[in-house]
Amino acid sequence: MNTFLERYSSTNAVSQLKRAQRLAEEEDEFTDSAWGSQAGYGQLMNGPPSFTVPNVPDPSSFLRLHTDDHADPNCRIKIQHGTTTLAFRFQGGVIVAVDSRATAGSYIASGTVKKVIEINPYLLGTMAGGAADCQYWETYLGMHCRLHELRNRERISVSAASKYLSNLVYSYKGMGLSMGTMICGWDKTGPAIFYVDSDGTRLKGDLFSVGSGSTFAYGVLDQGYRWDLTDAEAQELGRRSIYAAGHRDAFSGNTCNLYHVKENGWEFIANYDISKLHYDGPGDVAGSPGHGYGYGIRVQGRSSANPPEATAAA
Amino acid sequence: MPGMVSMTQPIQQSFNPYTENGGTILAIAGADFTVIAGDTRQSEGYSIQTRYAPKVFRLTDKAVLAVNGFAADGNMFVKKVRQRLEWYRHAHAKDMPIRAIARLIQTMLYARRFFPYYVYNILGGIEEDGTGAVYSFDPVGSYEREACRAAGAAQSLVQPFLDNQIYFKNQTPAAGTAFPKHLPLSTVLPLVIDSFTSATERHIEVGDGLEIYVVLARNSTALAGLQSLRGVQEVTGTNDGERVFVIRRDLKKD
Repeated sequence: MNTFLERYSSTNAVSQLKRAQRLAEEEDEFTDSAWGSQAGYGQLMNGPPSFTVPNVPDPSSFLRLHTDDHADPNCRIKIQHGTTTLAFRFQGGVIVAVDSRATAGSYIASGTVKKVIEINPYLLGTMAGGAADCQYWETYLGMHCRLHELRNRERISVSAASKYLSNLVYSYKGMGLSMGTMICGWDKTGPAIFYVDSDGTRLKGDLFSVGSGSTFAYGVLDQGYRWDLTDAEAQELGRRSIYAAGHRDAFSGNTCNLYHVKENGWEFIANYDISKLHYDGPGDVAGSPGHGYGYGIRVQGRSSANPPEATAAA
Repeated sequence: MPGMVSMTQPIQQSFNPYTENGGTILAIAGADFTVIAGDTRQSEGYSIQTRYAPKVFRLTDKAVLAVNGFAADGNMFVKKVRQRLEWYRHAHAKDMPIRAIARLIQTMLYARRFFPYYVYNILGGIEEDGTGAVYSFDPVGSYEREACRAAGAAQSLVQPFLDNQIYFKNQTPAAGTAFPKHLPLSTVLPLVIDSFTSATERHIEVGDGLEIYVVLARNSTALAGLQSLRGVQEVTGTNDGERVFVIRRDLKKD
């Protein structure tokens, strides 16, 4: 019984000694309790995970030398880039739409990337910039959101969750993290979107688009956006905007993933092939125009490239 | 004087701990099996260091890891993953499931976010529900579950071929028919071998030997066809039901 008590007591001498040892230990060693099962994040009480840093005067320039493909296209480690993501708030909740292309230089490394990260059933995060940075830190954020729920017996607000992430990435400022993300959800205050990036910017807003294709998406989004959009109209606007970016931005494309955040949490609507959207449209879904998004249909028989049938015959 | 190198001019020394060792790896998931393959050539620049340096490693009976990029980093990484898997076995008296190994690899790669391992990982094996799985990683840990993936020197030669033959990209099924969702092992193995012989023909860093690992789910229907193959070797370690086999083939050595 005594040994049992000792093991779980936090005030006895042995455990206090152990704790002191633990603090003095090298960071990469494991504690007894963590042995075996500490797969990754381990116990969150130890604070954020630690990172190996090269033993050079300027670690971030080392990282830039080997990973930044904007400065040097021949650098060895290619981190996946290029994206279009968007999210907007409207009467019916939040629409989140993203493309699915990942590029390493000019090579399309993947066309099936999940750029919407499901943090929990009420929170979504989007991925732009470094894929690993977004995936890792938004998963980590999800664990802290769960801890918040357990400690406070209520769900974390979108504002608090986004601020947690923003403070976290700010503590790594200048180290070379690259992420531009939108934290979207529904809390006590209703639908909410926060833009958070690795510079430390955190903005509350109604409408954001992030990534190399964002300018194209904004073009469609801004002209179609209203607060009183119906659910079907809003979903169509998200789809149509990602299509526009996929069509005009070489670093975006492949498919579009569409999510709708409502009062009872987010819902995945569908995955659309962008080439199919161009020729055939989204198919038989709410808000569909019933034909392709490409302008081919609108110039049919009216331009020199598609002459009217009479002229073509002559 | 401009253009003249002065002795007093500072010389920049940069820390360059990486090299590229060539080679290609590939993995394809079936309904109840997964194939993970890699060539065995290791080169630096234009010289071949060795004709047999394995890039594919059995982790457990349900997980096989292929590593490509910088061989020293890759070998060290595999060593550390195996150590963590052994600790897990001692603590929990079972093998870590593949989706957990995938997350473990993410956190291990991301722990080196500021001093990355220069390795591209592909993890293949059998999920707890008995389906074939392939997870692919970038050097700093972003990952995704897929049906097939090629990585390394000849990825741009092999992946488009796989897109066409596995995902049936840019193909239209004949009227009244549909493409199969999963291909049988008897179709997948020749595709893997053809991928590597073709990559060997057109890429200087690919060749010498081919090592193909096949992981079968419990009671997989692919077993009978596999055992009749030339030179197939079983490397299963436990009696859990999943079985691992290796098939070795020669590739051109010029």
